[in-house]
Amino acid sequence: MTVEVTVLYFASLREQVGREQDKVALPSGDAVSVHDLLGIVTHNNAEVKAVFENMPRLRVAINQALATFDDVVKPGDEVAFFPPMTGG
Amino acid sequence: MPRIVVTSDRFDVGQETARLSGLSAGVGGLSLFIGQVRGQGDGLESLTLEHYPGMTEAILGQLGQEAVERFQLLGCTIIHRVGTMTVGEPIVFVGSAAGHRGEALQATAFLIDRLKTGAPFWKREQFADGRSAWVDAKAADDKAAAAWD
Repeated sequence: MTVEVTVLYFASLREQVGREQDKVALPSGDAVSVHDLLGIVTHNNAEVKAVFENMPRLRVAINQALATFDDVVKPGDEVAFFPPMTGG
Repeated sequence: MPRIVVTSDRFDVGQETARLSGLSAGVGGLSLFIGQVRGQGDGLESLTLEHYPGMTEAILGQLGQEAVERFQLLGCTIIHRVGTMTVGEPIVFVGSAAGHRGEALQATAFLIDRLKTGAPFWKREQFADGRSAWVDAKAADDKAAAAWD
């Protein structure tokens, strides 16, 4: 059984983090929110932590649908972080 | 069913217009918007559009469906290009077909206003002197999208 989530980064965030994705193991037990997941991703990595802290209006999607930082992440989910969208 | 295309290729405006026009005998008005790379007199040469494959198509499909229901459209088309485009090249095509002009015009405005801030695309600008920078989100675009809430 997978206990990992796939974390994707796009655009300026991808460039600053320096990679397109991470596989992140979820802790067992309590429900994990997007906010908690971000804490895991940036844990022990001051550089990545600074990137997220300096990204104004960070957005998140879970399984390709826009989400909030309070939403719960489950094993196998695809969680994407990105800056505000600038299409058209 | 909205027609959704995400592609690196140019689109054929005549063909897309004919398709919307021929959707139904009830089509009385078509409205089209084409967005292209604007030269700003600051040495901008090209834009590169990045997107989130899968989510892009899903969001555009939802937007198109919302427009069909909200404006009683007989059909709509959203084509968005990705990759690198030089000044003057088309980026996006939005077309709406309705019984009457009001719905067609409103639907196209709705679609382009909403997709600019609601679909996962990101623009990077490349300049003649070698500079390159991500485009910042504009408050005016957020305001235009929110006006349809």
